[in-house]
Parts: sequence; C-alpha cells; structure tokens
Amino acid sequence: MAGVRRPVPRSVQLRLDVEDRVDHLPGQHYVVRLTAPDGYTAQRSYSVASAPGDPLVELFVERLPDGEVSTHLADVVEPGDQLEVRGPIGGWFVWDQVSPALLVAGGSGVVPFLSMLRTARALGRTDLLRIAVSARTREELPYADELEAAGALVVLTREARGIRPAGRLTAADLVPLIEPGQTAYVCGSGPFAEAAGQLLVELGVDPADVRVERFGPSGGPA
Amino acid sequence: MPTPTRGFLGRRRERDPRLPPGQYDVGTDWPVLTAEPTPRIAPERWSITVDGEVESPTTWSWEQAHRLPPSEYRGDIHCVTTWSKFDTRFGGVSVDALLEAARPTAGARFVLATSSTGYTTNLPLADVTGGRAWLAWEFDGRPLTPEHGGPVRLLVPHLYFWKSAKWVSRLTLLTDDRPGFWEQNGYHDRGDPWRQQRYQGD
Repeated sequence: MAGVRRPVPRSVQLRLDVEDRVDHLPGQHYVVRLTAPDGYTAQRSYSVASAPGDPLVELFVERLPDGEVSTHLADVVEPGDQLEVRGPIGGWFVWDQVSPALLVAGGSGVVPFLSMLRTARALGRTDLLRIAVSARTREELPYADELEAAGALVVLTREARGIRPAGRLTAADLVPLIEPGQTAYVCGSGPFAEAAGQLLVELGVDPADVRVERFGPSGGPA
Repeated sequence: MPTPTRGFLGRRRERDPRLPPGQYDVGTDWPVLTAEPTPRIAPERWSITVDGEVESPTTWSWEQAHRLPPSEYRGDIHCVTTWSKFDTRFGGVSVDALLEAARPTAGARFVLATSSTGYTTNLPLADVTGGRAWLAWEFDGRPLTPEHGGPVRLLVPHLYFWKSAKWVSRLTLLTDDRPGFWEQNGYHDRGDPWRQQRYQGD
C-alpha cells in the first residue's frame, strides 16, 4: 500500500504498488481479498480509478456501514500494508480509447470513469468523452474537482448548485450529451443504474449501445 | 494459506454451512446486477426456443410454456460478486420438460442460453438436466420482476447466478462449448460456487 487518502467522507482512496502487474483497460476492476488469521477470507471488487500509464493502481472505495471489506479498507489500512489483490478483471465495461463515449455515473460510480478520463487526457482525446455525474452533495462526489475541470455535468440531489435546484438526473440533462456513434456507460447503485439506463433508452439510445455496471449494498428488495 | 491481512479478523465466526467459500449472506436483499438496461417484455411477446443439436427444434409461447408440468425450486442462490441468498422459492418449469420435447441428439454436450437482449451464457448440458435447471417466472409466488429477469429467466441455482440468464429466449444445444458473454469477458466456463470457479483459470 503506497498511499491512503480520505478526500471524501465515508470513503478511501488507495494507491497500490502491484507486483507483476498487468496493465488494466480503463473501466476494469480489481478484487481485494482480506484474510483473517484463521484463514477466513472476504473479497470484493473495486473499480480502478487510475490510467494504465500510472505507475500505481488507484482504487476508490466507498465505506458501506455494514461492509466487511470496505470498513477494513477505510478504517484500518495504512501505507506499507500488504494487500492481496487480483486483476485486472472484466472485458465489457471497458472504453476502447478510440470511440465516442457517454459516461453516466451516480456517486462512487464515477470511479471507472476517472480511469477513462485520465486515459483520454494522456491520449489527448478528452473530446471523445461526455460525462454526467450525480451525487447527493458536492462534498460527497469523489474526484469532484477533476470531473468539473473536465467539463462534466454535475447534478446534486440534495443541494442546489448555481441556478439549478437539488434534483435527480433528468432526460433534459442528458440530451445535450448524446451524440451519434457513442457507447453509453452507466455506473452506480442498482436504483441509479436502472433509472439512468431507462432514461437513455427513452431518449432513443439503442439498448445495445448501453453498458451498465451496478454496485453497492443492494439493488433493493425488488 | 495466504498471509493474513494485518488487522483483519473478519466478521462472521460462525459460518453458515450453506455458504460457499468467499460468499456472504445478503439476507432479505436481492441485488440486481446486469450489464445492460432492463428490457420490458410483455409475456404475450415472450417465447422460448430450444434448437441446435436436437431432433425437434421447438418454440413455446408464454401460454404453451405454462401448460407444461409446473416445477418449483426452493433453496439458495449464489452470485459471483460474493453475495448468497438463502431459502429462495422460484416457480416455473423444469428445463427437463423442454428437452424431453425437443430431444437432444447423441452429440449434444453443451448449451448456450440466449436472452432477448442478446446476452448469452454457456453451460454443460449435464448442468441443466436431471432436475437442476428451470425456466422461472415466479419468485416467492409472485411474477418475476423485469429487474430480476422477468417475465422468464433461466435458473441454474447450483452455479453462480450469471449462468441463470435473465430474459431467456433461447437454449441452443451444441456439440462443443462456446463461451457466452461473461465467459468471453474473463469469467469461468462452469462457475461452480463450491469450487470458487469465478474467473477463467480458477
């Protein structure tokens, strides 16, 4: 563990120096596995926030109140600790680095998009990306400064922002971001991903062009 | 055994014997995990086709499928993202009933399940026969919701749940294994939770 930061409440940003590392693709994730002294293990998947060219692998982990792994990462892990990780994993929720992409995130769903954004910056192709993010408050939005600097549309559900009152992401927010030939990536909690995916489909985006990654404690009792 | 993680004790000292290694009990929740937007499919527009290595390729409408002998699964389900859910109850028909009508050829060894969204997943034929796989349209006595694969999903509860294709519309029997969607994207071809067959190479 090379670095541990807590820039956002109830979450932790981890910078890992990974031995025998295979470069990830922007959007892929790692599995973190914790082992107790008696051999008991618990593992969870976390998206990578860093670009492949970063010498370290950056993960951003939201601390779930009942999260067996996320509470350990947020509360206990310190620089110098050894952590067992596996990755990169996933070949679907991945940006190909040459095609236009619409990125729609809720909360810590921004993490894989940070990897895409940073990759695009390294390639000089940020023009390919359109970004919309939703969070409860600005303070709780991971990487808020970096996203704003990249021109992301930021929607806050619990506080007003400029002339915009607090409220959910709407179709009207997404319309200006939709362009022909895009692949849309949606990442967030189950309910957010469900709502955002339906918004895109209602706006005429072909469901075959929408890739969804859901995470979190639960998608609800539905 | 891997080196213990500094400071990690783990929460659950009493492991429920129903819990495969690396899994946790999600309780009453039922997380939704899909790679695509949820399609809204009216039951009247849904059908299931069994084709490929079979003597009689057959398609059943919603009504026709409901005239097959009803069959129920009661038990646990396991998702590769590490949650397990105990004591579920699904209603539908056994895949055996479909195969009995379509009659697999002697060379049939594998199945590729396809959803109306284009999602696919591959399974050994032996994993969907012998009362181990269902087409499910009810959960806890109620119609299966779209988020969970309604109107009809495949149910193969002894394997990780990505094998239980939501919105299933076709079962194609094959002589050779053909990787499905997640299997082409790094996940295991069989997916036995008791052997932790999560990713290719496990």
